[in-house]
Amino acid sequence: MAADSTGSNTPSRAVFWRDPSKRALIFQFIVFALAAWFVWVIVDNTATNMRNRGVATGFGFLDIQAGFGIIQSLIPYSEASSYGRAFWVGLCNTLLVAIVGIVLATVLGFLVGIARLSPNWLLAKVATVYVETFRNIPLLLQIFFWYSAVLKPLPGPRSLHEAGDQVFFSVNNRGVVMAEPVFGAGFSWVLWALLAALAGTWFIRRWARRRQEKTGQPFPVLLTGLALVFGLPLLAFLLTGMPLHFEPAQMSRFSLRGGVTIIPELIALLLALVVYTAAFIAEIVRAGIQSVSHGQSEAAQALNLSPGQALRLVIIPQALRVIIPPLTSQYLNLTKNSSLATAIAYPDLVSVFAGTVLNQTGQAVEVMAITLAVYLLLSLLTSMFMNWYNHRIRLVER
Amino acid sequence: MSESTQSKAVVNDTLIEARPAPSSATGPLRWLQDNLFGGWGNTLLTLLSLWLIWLVLPGALQWSLIDAVWTGGSDACRANPDGACWPFITQRWDQFLYGFYEESERWRVNLVLAGLFAGIAWLVWERAPARNLVGLFMLFGFPLLAYLFLYGVPALGLPVVSTDQWGGFMLTLVIALTGIVVSLPLGVVLALGRRSQMPVVRSLCIIFIEFWRGVPLITVLFMASVMFPLFLPDGVTVDQLLRAMVGVSLFASAYMAEVVRGGLQAISKGQYEGASSLGLGYWQSMRLVILPQALKIVIPGIVNTFIGLFKDTTLVLIIGLLDLLGMVQSALADAQWSIRSVPYTGYVFVGFVFWCSCYGMAIYSRRLEEKLNTGHSK
Repeated sequence: MAADSTGSNTPSRAVFWRDPSKRALIFQFIVFALAAWFVWVIVDNTATNMRNRGVATGFGFLDIQAGFGIIQSLIPYSEASSYGRAFWVGLCNTLLVAIVGIVLATVLGFLVGIARLSPNWLLAKVATVYVETFRNIPLLLQIFFWYSAVLKPLPGPRSLHEAGDQVFFSVNNRGVVMAEPVFGAGFSWVLWALLAALAGTWFIRRWARRRQEKTGQPFPVLLTGLALVFGLPLLAFLLTGMPLHFEPAQMSRFSLRGGVTIIPELIALLLALVVYTAAFIAEIVRAGIQSVSHGQSEAAQALNLSPGQALRLVIIPQALRVIIPPLTSQYLNLTKNSSLATAIAYPDLVSVFAGTVLNQTGQAVEVMAITLAVYLLLSLLTSMFMNWYNHRIRLVER
Repeated sequence: MSESTQSKAVVNDTLIEARPAPSSATGPLRWLQDNLFGGWGNTLLTLLSLWLIWLVLPGALQWSLIDAVWTGGSDACRANPDGACWPFITQRWDQFLYGFYEESERWRVNLVLAGLFAGIAWLVWERAPARNLVGLFMLFGFPLLAYLFLYGVPALGLPVVSTDQWGGFMLTLVIALTGIVVSLPLGVVLALGRRSQMPVVRSLCIIFIEFWRGVPLITVLFMASVMFPLFLPDGVTVDQLLRAMVGVSLFASAYMAEVVRGGLQAISKGQYEGASSLGLGYWQSMRLVILPQALKIVIPGIVNTFIGLFKDTTLVLIIGLLDLLGMVQSALADAQWSIRSVPYTGYVFVGFVFWCSCYGMAIYSRRLEEKLNTGHSK
């Protein structure tokens, strides 16, 4: 048959099911029809079931009074607030864990990753044991461990402090209680000074780079910048007469009042997320640094760069290109894993919204749709930002 | 003449034996200097590491071995709350392993576990005969048989043990293995779909993969437990375990698809062209040329996905299924065992079980990677 069609001058018309393009069209049509049918069945079933169960539909429930308390909220919230407000409280708590967790996990992960490559044999082994231990133990178990085994059995405030005590710092089974900073009238000047220092550093950096390109003379940007960023606000602080004091927590008969409390749920969740994710980040960092060929550091040495300069100007920029994409997915993982908060009742988005609100309203479809949409959006935003960053530091090729 | 030259020759006609390097250049002292105490910075790092080790190791050993309670019951542990309470594990061992599976029927679980480990050993042992057939059987036949066997077939004299009685490590294995068995083939199909020329197929696969990868597993399990019943026609019910397994499997297959796609992308275009120039159709070229190479490249990634899946099975306790961690967690609530050392003991035990399983898989994947590295790289 193949010989037939190639042998003749005018290619014989293939039967339509042997024509790849037509076959593809038919196949795609079937796939699309199946998918559409599947979605339709689900939607139809859901609608029928909801009607039968008498569940309300629509997003009107977001304005109804929630009537439950939340143990930690970054925005004003009370039991009289609406379900919509509860959603924002949960979202803020999720973002808090995600952002703090990402920063801490990055720092710890880079330290451990570099330690694994240390010429110091013992340090490298300690780092390896850390990585192999923590990335092979389920995250949920680590959360439970920190929460139920470490933090909850701590002594209560009553056994630590006498009634009437002024407490500046205390670790007990209610979490970490610290004195509350009270900002005086002139404190805004300190913030303005910090802002000015940051802007100044940016300008100095630009100027120094231009000058180095023109004349080859380097300028110690890092030191000047650090001096500015720390010095200028300090100066403003002293000049305005130190407008900051710390208000200690008061021990009443039963509990600590006032002060700033970090709840144990947040501490346990952060500890577990940071320790777990840092183990993965350490491996990514190690692989990234190892991917830069040895010739690069030798060439840097031949150009008379100091080891620090070689690391900063040659090794790290190249290693970052390998590190960034997997690092992005670790950040996304951490954000998604923060939803394990629900296991220890830290009031994150899933726990508050997909847990309590869903149970109270019964509107599973709407609540789950909003929750899923938020996580998809967070994923999208993080990966967009990291793609932008990756694009900025990419290798400029000829 | 020759004699005189020989006597005066500076050329040796025998090889001088190599002398060992001076002890200052090799030796344990030199090693210490090179690796631990070269320069004050290095010494500082060594001291830091020693401090870290000293911080963790003696306390851990003291707690888990020296001060630990090995025999007796909860009273013995209550008397000594500063050491590990191993009786908590030994007394509830059966529960941690089988959950609430009926005691008279537990031999079925044992048999399935024995079959599972025998199959895995067969596959790991490199010189075993008929590994391909056994592999196919373990991937497709065994899970089905095991499920029927565990669930029970009254016609064959095996009474039904309903899935809400399943629990403990057995449940962990059931969920993880189902996830592995479903996600591998589904992941391959999705990866092929994502690289397909057909726009409809490609976009459906992209939507599917990105959706599951973008949401946390908890929300997937919530969906499985809350929304899945709404999706089904009236009157049809699916038990909790099956719903959780569907959720976990779909979730895992999206990750698997991305791993496999990485492998497909790494195959050079020449391989595709070579396959079509031999007259192979799409499925033939995939089956005979592309997939064998692509899957080989991504074995570490596949095993990593398995490890992640295995650890993620613990999340099912949030929707009320008692896997190994869930079993321990619920045992901790028992007032008889409300002793300070018991939560530590329980979590350390579960952590050890998971660590051994996951680290074992990681080691195996590393070895496989070395073996399959047939010299294309480097």
